[in-house]
Amino acid sequence: MSLNFRAGVLSLVILFLLLGIWEALNQPPDASKALSEFELLMGGSDQEARVPPPSSVLKHAYDELSNPFYDAGPNDKGIGIQIAYSIYRVLLGYFAAALIAIPLGFVIGMSPLMYRALNPFIQVLRPISPLAWMPLALFIIKDSEQSAIFVIFICSIWPMLINTAFGVASVRTDWVRVAQTHELSQLKTAFQVILPAAAPTILTGMRISIGIAWLVIVAAEMLVGGTGIGYYVWNEWNNLDLNSVIFSILMIGVVGMILDFALGTVAKIVQYEE
Amino acid sequence: MSKYFLSMEGLTKIFPSKEEDMVVFENINIGLNKGEFVCIIGHSGCGKSTIMNVLAGLDSPTSGSVIMDGHEVSGPSLDRGVVFQNYSLLPWLTAMQNVSFGVKARCPDWTREQVIAHSRKYLEMVGLEESLNKKPAQLSGGMRQRVSIARAFATNPKLLLLDEPFGALDALTRGIIQDELIKIWGETQQTVFMITHDVDEAILLADRVLLMTNGPKARVAESVLINLPRPRKRDTVIDDPNYYKIRNHLVHFLVKRSEELSGSVSDEDGGTIVIDPTKDTSTKVENTGEQDTNPQYERVAL
Repeated sequence: MSLNFRAGVLSLVILFLLLGIWEALNQPPDASKALSEFELLMGGSDQEARVPPPSSVLKHAYDELSNPFYDAGPNDKGIGIQIAYSIYRVLLGYFAAALIAIPLGFVIGMSPLMYRALNPFIQVLRPISPLAWMPLALFIIKDSEQSAIFVIFICSIWPMLINTAFGVASVRTDWVRVAQTHELSQLKTAFQVILPAAAPTILTGMRISIGIAWLVIVAAEMLVGGTGIGYYVWNEWNNLDLNSVIFSILMIGVVGMILDFALGTVAKIVQYEE
Repeated sequence: MSKYFLSMEGLTKIFPSKEEDMVVFENINIGLNKGEFVCIIGHSGCGKSTIMNVLAGLDSPTSGSVIMDGHEVSGPSLDRGVVFQNYSLLPWLTAMQNVSFGVKARCPDWTREQVIAHSRKYLEMVGLEESLNKKPAQLSGGMRQRVSIARAFATNPKLLLLDEPFGALDALTRGIIQDELIKIWGETQQTVFMITHDVDEAILLADRVLLMTNGPKARVAESVLINLPRPRKRDTVIDDPNYYKIRNHLVHFLVKRSEELSGSVSDEDGGTIVIDPTKDTSTKVENTGEQDTNPQYERVAL
């Protein structure tokens, strides 16, 4: 049997084991004796709130996923719509960041002067939690949706900027010399030699960024509200609908995985062996 | 104007440092004729690669100048093709794309078909018609260096600079590619300037071998004529009665005199002695370069 097959079997075993434990631990208590009239009046027949078992989460997931795009008002939208809002914000902020980070990273990587001049700014701005920008963004932009996008922008920019600068700065001198001895112009050197040479490092930065952006959007949407998967999680918490909370947590994981996979595929295309 | 196609005049390279300036080489005067194949041999650290970089225009000399075809070298140019020791192919391009990269740079107005056809011709010349679409990582060291050589020849430079092109190859592969290099050089009659560590390789390929003293303050002490008939073959050239005279002379220089002469001030004007080891007690001396003061050198007997 191949390793992959055995690993797959083992994964399934672990999955069912965990689901089984979860299911077993979250059964409603047996009604051991008939409730007295007083208990009935006091609501004693209601189950106490508990984490729903996987069977009920899966049933809920099936219901949600069979109609993901329904829209029944501001507080009741399908999971597909919520995720679409989140992805839209993430991609907008992310590509805006890429548009600035990659060219700027090029400049920083190619010019030791710019590197030294800009490094202190990067070092101070980078460790700031993206959500710390939120109040300032709300005040300046005066729009919660755009503020969320700005927060994604600011958190995606650093890994891309730093990786691009690093990738460009560490392009092998031999390759640059090849460009020089072939009398390539600065622009052609940048596009035909430095960009492909640094592309794997740049893509690594882009991959880190999309991961962080997806982490941050959930928190940002919990703050700004309205729409999006982060808002959805918080809203369902307020509704005490733990089925939906658990389901949306899983969906966040799945979408994050797909985003990473997409970037990973692009990274494979630009990867080269030395 | 120099009578040479390529001439280095008073070439000096100094790396400044806080304590004492590091003089890599000093007052180098060498000329190359058009179509000549010249090898330069010296121990590591004598500044061979620095000379190569200066010739390529990738580095500038502290003083002195390089003049090629009547123009001073002032930066990298397609007129001087370089084959680096570590192949320096672009790893994300195939063999064909690596060569056509050079061809496109040389002839920007060619059509795609012309570029491909021209590149293919040179890749076939080095026996790589089977591996056109392979990336460097899929090629052996020898094949990579062939691609590198094909790229350099395909751009048809006026001067070809080879920096220890076979240094990283095993002896068998090296022999085969040396044969290919001779063949292509025979067809194109390029002017070639090559760095090597290998005395036999130098004798096989070169018209003239330049010997450098040990650094720092290295200089080209001798210019040894390789007076062996062409075409030369690896297996027959060693039967030539003169082969070992030349070889002994070169080895003797590397083992002994490169050290003795190290740091010595060159005779009066930094001239290089021209020697033909095949002529017995060859005291045939003449000066190269522009300084025709023609001093009387004393030659160490062979």
